[in-house]
Amino acid sequence: MSKDVIGSVMVVGGGIAGMQSALDLADSGYYVYLVEKGPSIGGVMAQLDKTFPTNDCAM
Amino acid sequence: MELIKYPRYVDESKCIACNACAEKCPKKVPSEYDTGLAKRKAIYVPYAQAVPLKYCVDPETCIYILKKRCGACVKKCPTGAVDLEQQEETVALNVGSVILTAGFQPFDPSQFDSYGYAKHPNVVTSMEMERILSASGPTGGHLVRPSDDKEPQKIAWFQCVGSRDLNRCDNSYCSSVCCMYAIKEAVVAKEHAGDGLDCAIFYMDMRTHGKDFERFYDNAREKQGVRFISSRVHTIDPVPNSDDLELRYVDENGDIQKEVFDMVVLSIGLETSAQQRALAKKLGIKLSDNHFCQTATFDPVATSRKGIYVSGAFQGPKDIPQSVIDASAAASAAGEILADARGSQTKAKEIVPETDIIGQRPRIGVFVCKCGINIAGVVDVPAVADYAKTLPYVEYATDNLYSCSQDTQDNMVEIIKKEKLNRIVVAACTPKTHEPLFQESMINAGLNKYLFEMANIRNQDSWVHKNNPELATQKAMDLVRMAVSKVALKEALKESELKINQTAMVVGGGVAGMAAAQSLAQQGYETHIIEKSDHLGGQALNIYKTTSGEDVRSKVKDLIKAIDQDKRVHTHLNTTIAAVDGFVGNFKSTLANADGEYSLEHGVVVMATGGSAFEPDEYEYGNDPRIVTSLQLDKMMMAKDPSLASLQSAVFIQCVGSREPQRPYCSRVCCTHSVHNALELKKLNPDMPIYILHRDVRTYGERELLYKEAREAGVIFIRYELDNKPQVAIKNGAITVNVIDHILGRPLELETDLLTLASAVLPNKANDLAQFFKVPINDDGFFVERHAKLGPVEFATDGVFLCGIAHYPKPLDESIAQGKAAASRAVTLLARKTLHTSGEVAETNPMWCSSCGVCVSICPYSAPTFTEEGPFTGKAQINPVLCKGCGLCVASCRSGAIHLKGFDNDQIFAQIFSLDEAVR
Repeated sequence: MSKDVIGSVMVVGGGIAGMQSALDLADSGYYVYLVEKGPSIGGVMAQLDKTFPTNDCAM
Repeated sequence: MELIKYPRYVDESKCIACNACAEKCPKKVPSEYDTGLAKRKAIYVPYAQAVPLKYCVDPETCIYILKKRCGACVKKCPTGAVDLEQQEETVALNVGSVILTAGFQPFDPSQFDSYGYAKHPNVVTSMEMERILSASGPTGGHLVRPSDDKEPQKIAWFQCVGSRDLNRCDNSYCSSVCCMYAIKEAVVAKEHAGDGLDCAIFYMDMRTHGKDFERFYDNAREKQGVRFISSRVHTIDPVPNSDDLELRYVDENGDIQKEVFDMVVLSIGLETSAQQRALAKKLGIKLSDNHFCQTATFDPVATSRKGIYVSGAFQGPKDIPQSVIDASAAASAAGEILADARGSQTKAKEIVPETDIIGQRPRIGVFVCKCGINIAGVVDVPAVADYAKTLPYVEYATDNLYSCSQDTQDNMVEIIKKEKLNRIVVAACTPKTHEPLFQESMINAGLNKYLFEMANIRNQDSWVHKNNPELATQKAMDLVRMAVSKVALKEALKESELKINQTAMVVGGGVAGMAAAQSLAQQGYETHIIEKSDHLGGQALNIYKTTSGEDVRSKVKDLIKAIDQDKRVHTHLNTTIAAVDGFVGNFKSTLANADGEYSLEHGVVVMATGGSAFEPDEYEYGNDPRIVTSLQLDKMMMAKDPSLASLQSAVFIQCVGSREPQRPYCSRVCCTHSVHNALELKKLNPDMPIYILHRDVRTYGERELLYKEAREAGVIFIRYELDNKPQVAIKNGAITVNVIDHILGRPLELETDLLTLASAVLPNKANDLAQFFKVPINDDGFFVERHAKLGPVEFATDGVFLCGIAHYPKPLDESIAQGKAAASRAVTLLARKTLHTSGEVAETNPMWCSSCGVCVSICPYSAPTFTEEGPFTGKAQINPVLCKGCGLCVASCRSGAIHLKGFDNDQIFAQIFSLDEAVR
C-alpha cells in the first residue's frame, strides 16, 4: 500500500447511514467531510414518528 | 473532488435560531418535512431538532431572491446573519475514499389513477401518515383525516405501492420495509385512537423477516386486532356526497368484496431518484437493473469503483438497522485502505492546564441568557442577573443576548480568568444541548468542567409561562438560586485515564467472524480468532451458491486463505473460552484446547458465534432419504448427486420450525434459499413440476427478482396456514404431500421424488460466553444488541461487539457486512488508545455496604462487582470505566452506601432546600 494515501473521507448524504459512517470514521482517526444537499442532516428517519419493534421516538 | 456549495443565505456562525426572521417572513409554502401537510416560511429551519439548528432561505420561493423585494428577514435578524446576496461556491476536496449514502426517494403514487392519490385527500402516503401520527406533526399527533379533520373510524393500508409491480411502475423488487412500517403505523394509530379504530392491511405476502418483527406482527394480529387481508385492492372509489372511500377487492375465496373506509394509506416503496442515478453516473459506479448500487455478496459495501463504498438504501431497499450496519461496514472498508494515513489529517486540541481550586472559597459567576426574545420576551433577564449578585458566594453576574454565541463564549473565558471565578452557573436553555459548549469554555479558562450547573429558564420557564411574565421572572430567580446553592458545593472531578489493549479477539471463525478479523487486521490490529471446531468457514461451507450464482465454497476458501496469510490474524482452532476477566480495554480471557489452558489479553471482543440448522421433527423427516433439509439439498448439489438429474418432481415446505409458537421468529434466509434451489433444479430439468408450500414468500429486496424468475420458470407457489399444515405420508414407497390449495380451496395431493424442508436457523448456544462478557441473550437464544435500530453491532457492555447469525439469521452478504461493521465499531475504541472515564460516576463506601448485591444485579452496564480481596472482600465496588452515572444503584442501595459524584446528597439537598424558600 502506498504511503501517500490521504487520511480523509467524503461521505455523501447525511441520513442515518451517512451519519453512522461519518461518526465511525471520525472516531477512528480520519478527517470526514459530510456532504448533504439539504439544509440539515438527519434524512428520512427524522421524519418518522416511531420505530418498531420498540416504538421508540425516531427523532 | 469538486463540490458546489449552494448558498444558505444565512451565515451559520451568526444565526442563533431565534425565529425572528421566519416570524416576519410573509411567504408561506408547504413544508417538505411535514410532507406538505403543514406550511413553513421561505426562511426556515426544516424542523425544531434540525442539525445544524440554523435557518436557511429557500431560493425558489423567497420574494427577495425572485423579485428583489421584501428583505424583511435581513432587517429583523438581530445578529445580521441573513445575507440574501450569497452566491454558490465551488469547493475542492482531496480525499482518500468516498462513501455514498445518498438514500432513496419515496415512491410517488400520483401516477396510479385507480388509487386517486392526487384526487382524494383521504388517500395518503405512508410518509404522510408518519407525520399525521407524529406529536411534532401538523396535527400535533391527533389522528384526523386530511379532508375534514374527522377522526377516522376505519383505515386501510395498501402494501406494495410502487414495489413488486411491473404493470403500473417499473419497480419489480420488494422495498423490504413497508410491511413492518404498515403494521407499526396501524398499531400506533390504534394507540392514538383507541381500540375502536379498525385497521386493515391489504397485502400480498407479509414480510416481517427482521429481528423481533414476527412477534410484533403476531401481536398486532392477535392482541391489537389489526386485520390482515391477503388481497391487492384494484380500485378506490369515492363514496358520493362524503369524503369516504369504497374499496373493491377480491378475497381469498375469489369473491368480490366492497368495504368503505375513512382513510387509505398507501405503503409506498423505496426507489432511487433521477438525481441519485445522475450522481452514480458522475462518479462512474455501476447500478443494478433496479438502479441500486451494484455490490457483491462477499464484498457487500464496495461499489464497482475502487475506493468508493456504499451503504444505506442507495445499495438496495433496506431498513434502519441494516443501513446502520452497512454504514459501519463502509467506514471499515474505507479504514482498511487508508490505515496508513490514520490520524494524519485530524488535529489534536491544545490543552489548557487546570487550576487547582481545592481549599478556595467559592467564587461563583452567573451568566443569565436572554436567548434573543426567547427568554427576555417573558422574563426580566437583567433583574434576574441583579438578583443573582445578591446570592451567597456570587462574585460576578451578568446577562447576555446569546450566551451560546462564539463571542460571548470567548468573553466568558476572559471573565472567568479576570474575576478568578471557580464555579459557573449558566441560566439559559437545556443542558442536554448546551452543557458541553459551556463546559468547553470552562476548560479553555482552566477550570474543571464539573464545577458547573445550568438553570433551564427557557424550556422550563419562559416557554411555558408566556402569559405570566412576573411569575416567570420570579421562577427564573428561584431556579438560579437553586443552581447557585448546588454549584457552591460542587467539587472538581477527575476523569481517570485507562490504556486500551490494542489486540482484538473474535469468537467464532465463520464468515462473519472472519470478515471482522480480516478488517481489524487490515486496519492494523493484532486479532485472534477463537474457533471451537477444527476449521474456519462455519456454516457457509454448507451453502452451494449465492443468489447471484457465485460458488460459496470457493469464495469462503479464498477468505480462509487470506486469513491464514495475514500475519496479524492468529487462528486458534479446537479452542474454547474457559473464563474471562477484566473489562473494556483490558480483557483477559482464558482459552482452552486439548493441550490445556492459556490466557489472552485483549482490548475488545467480537461475538460471532453463529448458528446451525434446525433438525426437523415433522413431515416424516428421517424416515426416507428423499426427505431432506435445505442444507442437505445444497450438499447434494455440491456433490452433483446423480439422483438429482433423474428427479421427476420436487416439493419444498417452508417455515419448518420457524414462525411456530415454540420458535416465533422468521429465519429470514429460507424463502430465498428454496426459491433459488428450485431454480437450480429447474435448470437440471426444466419440465419438472416444482411446488413451494409457503406461508408468505419473503424474498425481500432485490431477492424478489428470483421469486419472479421462479414463477416464470413454472415453479408453483401454494400458501398454507399454520393451522392447516401440509400432511406428508410415505405410501407404497412414494412420498405424498397433501395441502389445501388456497385459491381452489380444495385439497391437493402431490407425489414427489424429493421433499425439501426449509428448516429454521438456530443460534449456537452461547450461554457461557454471555455470562463471561455479561451480555444478554433473548428468548430465542440470539444475543441482544445495545439498540435494535442504532446499535445493532454492539452490546450495552462496552468493548463487546457482535455480528452474524449470533445476532439474528441472515444471508452471507449481511453477515459479512455485519462482521466488517463490528470491526469498525471496535476500531473506534481501539483507535483512542486510552479511555477517559466520566467524572460523574457512582462510588461505594465499603464501610457502609451490606453486601446485599442489589447494585450488582440492577446495573445495566455491569459496573458494580463484589471486591474479591483485601480488607473489603465481599463489599461492592464500582468500576468507573463501566459506570455511566445513571444513578440506579444509588437509588436502590438500602444502606445509602453509594453516592454519585456531581449529584451528592448534600448538593441535591442544598438545591431542594433553596427551593423550599420559594415554596414558603
